[in-house]
Amino acid sequence: MSVASFDSIAAVLLIPIGSAALLAVLPGYRLTARLNVVASLATFLAALSLFVVDRPEPGPYVLVDDLNIVFIVLNTFVGFTTSIFSASYIAHELETGRLTPVYLRFYHAMYQTMMFGMNLAFVSNNIGLMWVAVEIATLTTVLMVGIYRTHAALEAAWKYFILGSVGIAFALFGTILVYMAARPIVGEGQDGMVWTILIQHAANFDPALLNVAFIFLFLGYGTKVGLAPLHAWLPDAHAEGPTPISAVLSGLLLNVALYALLRFKILLAANPAAIAPGPLMATIGLISVIFAAFMLYRRRDIKRLFAYSSIEHMGIIVFAFGMGGPLANFAGLLHMVMHSLTKSAIFYAVGHISQIKGTQRISRIRGLTVTHPALGWGLIVGVVAIAGLPPLGIFMSEFLVVSSTFARAPLLAIALVFGLLLAFGALTLRLTSIAFGEPRGSTASAQASYVPMFAHLSLVLIAGIYLPAPFVAWFQHVARLLG
Amino acid sequence: MQMHSLSFDVSHTLAGGLVLISFMMLYQDRLYSLLNVFALHALVLTLSVAWQAYVQNAPHLYITAAIALVFKAIVIPVALHRIVKQLGIHRDIESAVGIGPTMLAGMALVALSMVLMLRVTAEADPLAREDLAFALSVVLLGLLVMVTRRNAVSQVVGFMSLENGLVLAATGAKGMPLVVEISVAFSILIAFIVIGIFLFRIRERFDSVDVSALDDYRGEHR
Repeated sequence: MSVASFDSIAAVLLIPIGSAALLAVLPGYRLTARLNVVASLATFLAALSLFVVDRPEPGPYVLVDDLNIVFIVLNTFVGFTTSIFSASYIAHELETGRLTPVYLRFYHAMYQTMMFGMNLAFVSNNIGLMWVAVEIATLTTVLMVGIYRTHAALEAAWKYFILGSVGIAFALFGTILVYMAARPIVGEGQDGMVWTILIQHAANFDPALLNVAFIFLFLGYGTKVGLAPLHAWLPDAHAEGPTPISAVLSGLLLNVALYALLRFKILLAANPAAIAPGPLMATIGLISVIFAAFMLYRRRDIKRLFAYSSIEHMGIIVFAFGMGGPLANFAGLLHMVMHSLTKSAIFYAVGHISQIKGTQRISRIRGLTVTHPALGWGLIVGVVAIAGLPPLGIFMSEFLVVSSTFARAPLLAIALVFGLLLAFGALTLRLTSIAFGEPRGSTASAQASYVPMFAHLSLVLIAGIYLPAPFVAWFQHVARLLG
Repeated sequence: MQMHSLSFDVSHTLAGGLVLISFMMLYQDRLYSLLNVFALHALVLTLSVAWQAYVQNAPHLYITAAIALVFKAIVIPVALHRIVKQLGIHRDIESAVGIGPTMLAGMALVALSMVLMLRVTAEADPLAREDLAFALSVVLLGLLVMVTRRNAVSQVVGFMSLENGLVLAATGAKGMPLVVEISVAFSILIAFIVIGIFLFRIRERFDSVDVSALDDYRGEHR
């Protein structure tokens, strides 16, 4: 049976990279967009099969455990739905001439390469390999952010690249320090980078070295999570690239960096003498929430608005994991899944809206429920969900974060609620002007694919009303793993 | 005093030399001279890595040294020279901060990394800990170069000197798996391709590679 499970992992990695090579050479929009969807679907199915096949023993490079299956399945699912959205989005971009056929090939190849990088980061058991994978995913998104080659797109890509590189450097330095800490205990060579071996011996590592390593890793991967003082690349990158990329940036790439952070958090928690990573994460998370909530009020660009909302939600998730404990970890995981689904659904709507209106300026988009009911109401449901209103899934996860915090640190909980309410206010303010009122701008009918958007939103709605018991049990188990 | 053996002294000198050359980068006000200093930086890195390969009896490190020599000390400086010439930007570098404050900040960063790393790694072997302290200094100085320059080419040079610091740290960590050295070299390669594309595009769209020229196009100000 171990052969079968190895095959699933291989498929999760080989399908994206193989199709990337294929998409780079194949001409024609119809064929390549469909191939992109098919490849993404195949990857998703391969990821699902990880649930049923036997897991391999953790090797020097590959690891499958209860934690990363959640991430892989979420990643490949959103990757699949985004590829459907991308097909209709890109068709419009080709019509308007914003993308040429050559760039289309490049775009599809990069899309699959990015999926490969993200999946590799999730399955890697080697902290060096994980670093490489996160870098592959980041560099491909840098290229895609700059794909329109406008002034703004180039600036966004350049900023993303420069800040991302600093993150790259710090994360690698932290990785080297972890190896240095492990070397006296685990021995030289390969073993000093294998996560499952590191975690067994972590209690004996030099705590001081491990502390410094975590600071660097937190700075490095934290830059990619988009945490507050290091977030500057995020709004620009979201606003200037193609909208499918905004959707995968918010929904997936931030999760990849978060996953890397969580792995190292578990490592640090296994050493009793090292600093507890929790308070640091909780503080930065809270700062991100409140900062992003204030920034939401001044946004004029619809994609930037939701980019800042992503910073806010990553702040909530990092805060929840920082608080730790089974309940807060459960809430953090649930919130991460809900946020990925909701935010990508919002970007699907926003992508079509900005294509129809020909602008991303909020003041030029009005009365959507009148002119484009499906898009308008889809967006409303999405924003209501992201703002944390019942009965949708994010309400539940936010409620869990807040209530678990109230029991242990009421002051922090009050600060968090303050941030959440601020963000809620900003989003409702913008939503009313976008969705209602006198229609403004083009009223051309949309050639949109609504399936991905409504699929995500209904999943979020179902999760808000009823969580299946096996799902809850799985998440509770993972939450305990996270310590 | 076994630790003050020849091998220790040589690696110490080379790593210290890298920090010194990083300082030299801080006050170069011409792009050509900045590129020359970077080539020197990469050359000293090559010597340092080769020395580590010899001392640690780790032949695979010679590959890393060769990459540093061929790629960073020769190919990239030559290519950037040509880019600078083609773009006609071999005049003064616009630095965002004056040389005086930059040097002071550099000294503070080096002091910080010494204090931090030497204190933290008190129990590691002396060669590794001093190597790490120097490496962190080089990384932070590279960061400072990136922060204090506005010009895209000099930001790239700053980034590459930062990467040199990482290679120094990785080779100083005895027995670190080859995976990482290759990945570092690889990331530099990819980074350079990316940068090359960007420079090309920026050149295509604008007549300057001054990144500050792009600042006006932030979406919020439209």
